[in-house]
Amino acid sequence: MLRQIEGSRAVAETVALCRPEVVCAYPISPQTHIIEGIGVLVKSGALAPCEFINVESEFAAMSVCIGASAAGARAYTATASQGLLFMIEAVYNASGLGLPIVMTLANRAIGAPINIWNDHSDAMAVRDAGWIMLFAETNQEAADLHVQAFRLAEELSMPVMVCMDGFILTHAVEAVEVATQEQVDVFLPPYEPRQVLDPLEPVSIGAMVGPEAFEEVRYLAHVKQLQALDLIPEIAAEFAGTFGRRAGGLLSTYRSEDAETIVVALGSVLGTIKDTVDDLRERGRRVGVVGIGSFRPFPAAAVRAAVGGARRVVVIEKALAPGAGGIVAQDVAMATAGLPVRTHAVVAGLGGRPITKSSLTDLLEAAGTGTLEDLTFLDLDRDLVQRELARMAQRRRSGPTAENILHDVGIVSARVT
Amino acid sequence: MFQVRIHGRGGQGVVTAAELLSVAAFKDGHYAQAFPSFGSERTGAPVVAFCRIDAAPIRSREPIVAPDALLVQDATLLHQVDLFSGLRPEGYVLINSSSSFEELGLSDLVGPDVSRHRLTVPATELALAHTGRPVPNAVLLGGFAALSGAVSLDSVELAIRERFSGPVADGNVAAAGEAYRFVARHRGELVSASTD
Repeated sequence: MLRQIEGSRAVAETVALCRPEVVCAYPISPQTHIIEGIGVLVKSGALAPCEFINVESEFAAMSVCIGASAAGARAYTATASQGLLFMIEAVYNASGLGLPIVMTLANRAIGAPINIWNDHSDAMAVRDAGWIMLFAETNQEAADLHVQAFRLAEELSMPVMVCMDGFILTHAVEAVEVATQEQVDVFLPPYEPRQVLDPLEPVSIGAMVGPEAFEEVRYLAHVKQLQALDLIPEIAAEFAGTFGRRAGGLLSTYRSEDAETIVVALGSVLGTIKDTVDDLRERGRRVGVVGIGSFRPFPAAAVRAAVGGARRVVVIEKALAPGAGGIVAQDVAMATAGLPVRTHAVVAGLGGRPITKSSLTDLLEAAGTGTLEDLTFLDLDRDLVQRELARMAQRRRSGPTAENILHDVGIVSARVT
Repeated sequence: MFQVRIHGRGGQGVVTAAELLSVAAFKDGHYAQAFPSFGSERTGAPVVAFCRIDAAPIRSREPIVAPDALLVQDATLLHQVDLFSGLRPEGYVLINSSSSFEELGLSDLVGPDVSRHRLTVPATELALAHTGRPVPNAVLLGGFAALSGAVSLDSVELAIRERFSGPVADGNVAAAGEAYRFVARHRGELVSASTD
């Protein structure tokens, strides 16, 4: 049934339909409503059998998920931002051990300076941790990706992270068709572990591996990611058959067939980008969109095919690699190596700064006239930056940058947007 | 697309108001999207929430910069926050106050063209009378249904009953109905005055 509900609630209800046997999480904004929702369902008995385990930290949350998964339970957690960083050692362990844990990442910036708003810094910080990483464009897709994530994780015996933009999706109320238990049960069979701690057939999981075989174990993790490149579209197609709607897949395209300029992005900003592209198309601009659904594995061949006919790719990135520039853009550039396609990285929306149609329109018009640089920062207040640089040049003890800049900006709470 | 921006203070249910409005629009058969401006949800701090209503699926996620309607839950924000930023020329404004626009020092916002779109309603008083609590959010939505017609009063009531239960739901439904009639009556007076 189509319902007008908060994104977090849609995800909580959908995760419950996937029958996790262990949920272990530590609350952090903007993930909180998701685990609160699941907690209510466990407490009420609607989700049973399931053990909701309260722990003292995110490190413990992922560690409990590892233990539960190794013991043969379907395990789930959710986190964001600093919480993800706090659990990062266990995040690597989950993938290194090949345990099919599913985790929601309610994407949020990473401090310092502390910031609770949305960007993709947290996801990008673990892009090489060996997890499959899927990005949701809408709350419908966020909910649906979780059903696919458990299936994918368990078929490959590797963990899957479902990324949904913090606040922008988690706290947005819009229409979502939450699946039925019957549909999910058809699509997602009971968990059959590839490896399990079973007293009747004892094994150890987590051996120390030296130089003699470490590279091979790592290479096999890469092979599994490559297998996911085939499995992700298969599962998305089967999902569409069972549920009657599309979700997931390696990537999605929008008005890109004849486009000279193709915007590449991840997550909820794709909606605003599509509206912008419609306006630009009316002005006769040949602009299109490619949305990356699977960031890890990175669908290099599919990206190459989707953008190969364009003159330029504009990658809108909600994260920054300081000292290097774009992150997704590096993958796109690798995917298009040898093609006459120029890749531009545009860092945008950091720490919750709104990405507006107005700014996107100006950006894409500049791209169309060939005046866009390789690396740009959308809506960067250069005056503010210059003032701090001047302070730093003026005297040795210029003080803390964040505090200085806030002083320049003045009170922001009274601003409308 | 019809875009509504709701201003208030932390504790007045600004975010809930946007959610209820979106649920009401959904029940009326529209697509709707509600979302808060994030981060400043401290008690008493200025809070903004947004609601888009459309006949087609809504894709944009940017904040609403050019609203078709403003709901102001706390009149003390009038001189603190740039509430009317981007408001469309014919845009609707509903302010929670027992004073008129003129008494609030907002005469320049009302004129012969738009006065039927811009009214005040004593939502806090109505909330106190019906619920015993000074929370004006659901009440204002009743008034907004009468002012703009963007949602029906029936759907506002359904949204309230879906979110709340017992005396809280009953009180808010009653207060929203009274706000609806209050605004409808004042609009009617303005309409008849303008045709005289």
